[in-house]
Amino acid sequence: MTQMETPRIDSSRLAEISLGSTRDELERREAVFAVADLDVSYGGKAALAGVSLAVYKNAVTAFIGPSGCGKSTFIRCFNRMNDLIVTAKVQGTVLYHGSDLYARDVDPVEVRRRIGMVFQKPNPFPKSIYDNVAFGPRVLGVKRELDERVERCLRQAALWDEVKDRLKESALGLSGGQQQRLCIARALATEPDVILMDEPASALDPIATARIEDLMHDLKREYTIIVVTHNMQQAARVADMTAFFSVEVHEDGKGRHGILVEYDATTKIFTQPADKRTEDYVTGRFG
Amino acid sequence: MHPLTADRRRFGLYLLAWGFAGAALAWLLVTTFIDGLPAIDGKLFTNPPSTLPEEAGARPAILATIYLAVLLLLMTVPIGVGTAIYLEEYANKDRWYNRLLELNIQNLAAVPAIVYGILGLAFIVRGIGLGRVLLAGGLILTLVVLPTVIIAAREAIRAVPDSIRQGGYALGATKWQVVWRQVLPASIPGIATGSILALSRAVGETAPLLLIGALQYVAFDPTILGAFTALPVQIYTWIKLPSPEFQTLAAGAIIVLLLIVLGMNAIAIFLRNRYRQTW
Repeated sequence: MTQMETPRIDSSRLAEISLGSTRDELERREAVFAVADLDVSYGGKAALAGVSLAVYKNAVTAFIGPSGCGKSTFIRCFNRMNDLIVTAKVQGTVLYHGSDLYARDVDPVEVRRRIGMVFQKPNPFPKSIYDNVAFGPRVLGVKRELDERVERCLRQAALWDEVKDRLKESALGLSGGQQQRLCIARALATEPDVILMDEPASALDPIATARIEDLMHDLKREYTIIVVTHNMQQAARVADMTAFFSVEVHEDGKGRHGILVEYDATTKIFTQPADKRTEDYVTGRFG
Repeated sequence: MHPLTADRRRFGLYLLAWGFAGAALAWLLVTTFIDGLPAIDGKLFTNPPSTLPEEAGARPAILATIYLAVLLLLMTVPIGVGTAIYLEEYANKDRWYNRLLELNIQNLAAVPAIVYGILGLAFIVRGIGLGRVLLAGGLILTLVVLPTVIIAAREAIRAVPDSIRQGGYALGATKWQVVWRQVLPASIPGIATGSILALSRAVGETAPLLLIGALQYVAFDPTILGAFTALPVQIYTWIKLPSPEFQTLAAGAIIVLLLIVLGMNAIAIFLRNRYRQTW
């Protein structure tokens, strides 16, 4: 959709903004998620097939690729949001700190308390700003020091100064960018370990987008972040690791599903991709 | 022909149609008020009916109508909202019994009230032996309005965007927490509006109550398990009497019923405007 505007990635500029993380450095870190041979289908139709990758702690991992490549489907596997779709079927393994996220005795509700999510379109609850942030802790039964927690999360999401005098006002009165930061604060309030962001800035203007990206930089000190993005410069700016997904048309020419083409340090993906398809995509020849 | 003139002609036609309906309603209201105003006095609200028109009032009927409205509220809203939550949030539409349930509710909303009266007479008054009491009347009217309340509540629940549910789940809320803390609060204005409008229709129902034998003369205040009359039944009784004084009383009672119904509608409109949610 937005691929039309995709410019060439200027590698000299990339050097400036590169995060300096090499794959080796990252791989020495703990893997928060280890995915192996993951297939996802909806109503029997494959959406994503044969994905294997590891997501490292305190890093930003970006999933990029054209529309329909299954990157949003994939990110929803990490907090078992696909379970909410009756026809969805997930096969393969997703290990979270070494234990199977899809094991029979794992409660998806428990999973979602540890792995927060921010959606493409800001979706604040039609409640006050305070109640939005307090929703997660309240669901968990937290009653003590709620005010402190709400303040801390709003500060972490760089929203506190803008809303501290109107915590009791409706969240729907905030601007789009503020709403999205509120959704981030809301996700932080359950004290998760990982934050999943499904195109968190695609509905926002450039200034609001820049603030979300700054926030990702700050948050990765404490959290592990996975971000799906349509915007390649965004991946180049924020991500340590980048996975490029593409669409594969079935042999019969009818069906199509997403595949993982290449996964490496962001600098590598954007400057020396190993796969021709990745190169075509990041240089704007395809997409 | 110039499109504008065609547009104008159509507009004139609509205006005429509206004017016709409006004039008929206005005529009805004006004549009723002229006929009934002399009867609107203290004794209409304090006296029971009597064979002497100068003594007669509608106190038992007014009270019974208010009781019926409260009973209806207590019975239809929990059952109706519960059903709507089940159908919208839990039911798997691929299951035949859920589709059957849905189809039945749609059809039941279109069944004439008198049919519910017959059903009530057979199963509630006689079948379970409740007798011709206020509670039986309330139960029958509950059956009359329940499908409408369910449909209104479903509309309200469906209007809550899915992104709200997703947001709730993503924070580790259970299905019930999402329904109870997000979906239901967000749909309350719609549910309240729909329910009140349905109730105000039920309050004016006469046929099913006549059928189960609401009494025509009740000289005492109603109780839940006692014999009863209701405002529409009282109006019907008075209109049948030959003496013109009773016609005036009937018109007065119509004004009271009208005010009750208009009052309920006003509350519904207020709620809708006050809590209208834009997403």
